Amino acid sequence: MADTKKKQLNAGKLITDWAAVIAVVFLLVFFSAKMPDTFATGANFTTIFRSIAVTTVMAMGLTMTLAVGGFDLSAGSTATMASFILMSLLIWYDMNVWLAILLTIAGTLLITLCTMFLIVVCKIPDLLATCAMMFFLDGLSLTYSGGGAISAGMPRPDGSQSLGGVPTVLKTMGTSPTIIVIMVAVVIFVHIFLNYTKYGRYIYGVGGNRTAARLSGIPVQKYRILAGLMAGTFIALAGILVASRNQSAQINGAAAFSMPALSAVFIGRSVAGQGKPNAVGTLIGATLVGVLDNGLVMMSVPYYSLNAIKGVVLAIALASAYYTTKEE
Amino acid sequence: MQRKDKVTLKVQGVSIEFPGVKALSDVDFSIETGEIRAIVGANGAGKSTLMKVLAGANPGYTGTILYNDKPVDIKTPQKAKELGIEIVYQEVDMALFPAQTVAENVMMNHLINGMKTPIVNWNKLRNEARETLERLHIQVDVNRLVGELTLAEKQMVLIARAVREKCSFLILDEPTAPLSISETKELFDIVKGLIREENIAVMFISHRLNEVMEICEKVDVMRNGQMVGQIEVTPELTSKMIVDMMLGKSFEENFPKAVTEPGEVAFEVKHLWDAGGAVCDVSLNIRKGEIVGISGLVGAGKTELCKVLFGDRKRKEGQILLHGKELSIKSPTDAVKAGMGLVPEERRKEGVLVDEPVYFNLSAASLSSYCGPAGFVNKKEELENARHYIDSLGVKTPSENQLVRYLSGGNQQKVAVGKWLSADCQVYIFDEPTKGVDVGAKHDIFQLITDIAKAGKCVLYATSETAEILAITDRTYVMYGGRVTAELKTADATEEEIMYYSTGGK
Repeated sequence: MADTKKKQLNAGKLITDWAAVIAVVFLLVFFSAKMPDTFATGANFTTIFRSIAVTTVMAMGLTMTLAVGGFDLSAGSTATMASFILMSLLIWYDMNVWLAILLTIAGTLLITLCTMFLIVVCKIPDLLATCAMMFFLDGLSLTYSGGGAISAGMPRPDGSQSLGGVPTVLKTMGTSPTIIVIMVAVVIFVHIFLNYTKYGRYIYGVGGNRTAARLSGIPVQKYRILAGLMAGTFIALAGILVASRNQSAQINGAAAFSMPALSAVFIGRSVAGQGKPNAVGTLIGATLVGVLDNGLVMMSVPYYSLNAIKGVVLAIALASAYYTTKEE
Repeated sequence: MQRKDKVTLKVQGVSIEFPGVKALSDVDFSIETGEIRAIVGANGAGKSTLMKVLAGANPGYTGTILYNDKPVDIKTPQKAKELGIEIVYQEVDMALFPAQTVAENVMMNHLINGMKTPIVNWNKLRNEARETLERLHIQVDVNRLVGELTLAEKQMVLIARAVREKCSFLILDEPTAPLSISETKELFDIVKGLIREENIAVMFISHRLNEVMEICEKVDVMRNGQMVGQIEVTPELTSKMIVDMMLGKSFEENFPKAVTEPGEVAFEVKHLWDAGGAVCDVSLNIRKGEIVGISGLVGAGKTELCKVLFGDRKRKEGQILLHGKELSIKSPTDAVKAGMGLVPEERRKEGVLVDEPVYFNLSAASLSSYCGPAGFVNKKEELENARHYIDSLGVKTPSENQLVRYLSGGNQQKVAVGKWLSADCQVYIFDEPTKGVDVGAKHDIFQLITDIAKAGKCVLYATSETAEILAITDRTYVMYGGRVTAELKTADATEEEIMYYSTGGK
């Protein structure tokens, strides 16, 4: 009897560990069987990867934040702000594209520092601090742009003619294969950083138990800020990719990626029994969200019902991942 | 309140098995209302397990329990409550609602099960809670939030909650462990009142034998899951006699103290004050290869001293010197860089990362030494080091990849110590290192600390267990109210002398 119990436990753990992967495989098989001619094609898989690239890059930022024990609601708003900074520099001032990207990242890091100030110095809980930042940034980005989107040919807020357009470099960034290459590079970087460097190990240590980490001599605040800044960089990159996809900076343009990205991290936590935010798991989580999105659209599910179905599938995936978690 | 009829509770041949251990074997125990009984024994002797059986929290037991000589099954906490058995666990916060008032917490059972209308009658609730507290001579304002209470007050709230019910048997699991002397006295006054005025039976678990002898008429002694005997408290009884019965032999007395010849003074603290006023003007020194004790009661400032030294508590004044050079310690990071290591009191919360594997913990303080300039970890070296320390410390774990959560208390502690061995510290600070570990592991930890000293390191050993101070240290400082009240050479010191200075020398 003890044996069967043990087996049940193992089976339960197996499902927990691989719930996200099982869900991805199931969806792939399901959609392929339903639509062999349209879904299961190489071109469509490229489309799927292209569509999850922004979510994944943002989710890599959130993976860092959550690994150090933080939380971030403002990723979407921060990324939107980044896209506004980038497009204003390019279109209003006709700046060199690389310089514009660098300045965008710098600007986003400044915003992240403000967030970290609220969290680390003012000691506001992460959830509340980033909630406040979300409101602040939504207003700030629109104030900055004069209340509207920024796209080529549109005049500046003061009415004068804008000088620039969308450069080719930026156009290419948002198309495959470049965007997929960027995504894969970011995933590999975060994976190596978190698992094979001491910095990553300290970040996991701080995220696991801040007091024990501090008493082991790990400079806790330093690593919280480091993780926050790295997250800021990836969120800026996500904002740049959004701008590149839209060839403009749209109102709340990146907001829609925030929740899928958070879901991806949470789905990815349990993959392969890791039990903590990790790059590969997050990629699988993002893939699950992306495959679902793509397949449903192809099955002609009306756009207004998409979120309802996505919500249900997410709930099932998360339930199977967390169900066996012991209460303490 | 009228006196209740006499009720008896008898346990006959109760056994219970947990995976791998027989926690109770064939235990007999009986008590009747109006009596106070202490249950003593070493860690892992089965005291808490037995009490949990009575409280319905260990449904897997075999054997008979008789309530007024009628057999009863106590398989759920509800059933235990029906029989009038209430338990106050050591972790008081688990049973309390910190954001609600004392009145609500005292009346919680009424609020959950006894409400006839959905509207709370606050006046009635407060008055009834106040009456209950007054009846027990507990002085706590019913309008205060429980989160703001001291540990002692929280215990009293729980006792009041238990007594409000139809309570005949009250179980207190190590109630005095976190309490100061005056708080303990207050608790015992309340307990005595309960027995006298309410005709309740009180069973309590304690490690402080002096107070056990003071308050009880009979003491039940457990060892290795068995009831080894009952002692009548007489004026001739000494705590040593109880300890002998608990251990079969006295552990501390039998620990072979290594003869050491300490070298020159290596670690020095001069006139140290902390910012919170818990450490006042402390000066001490440790020689190379010396184990120096910090003794004193709970609340004397030992933990605070350890934390100030380690940079985890703000220092107001004073100097810390290692090998004659002043250290600038503003954070634990600085302390670790200077060659210090702290094994903190709250092992699971502060000492180890429970959700990380053993190897991760063993290198948490020394990870840089397995890294190249780019910060990449040489996993092979790291794992070799981990295996080395698992072997040499005798950590019982299936592999270096096991999560520390799944190790026993003693083995977790070995990992917490191993972390600093890996970092090759010069000064080791231990704060209650044997708390919650069994006798076997305690022996290993003592041996480990002795070996550290033999290797020429400085060891500071803070504990409120006088027996441990006498067993392992070379010299000890006694603290009281944040100050050092005495410096004693262990070989010449007695338990009475240490207790004398621990209580302020009055």
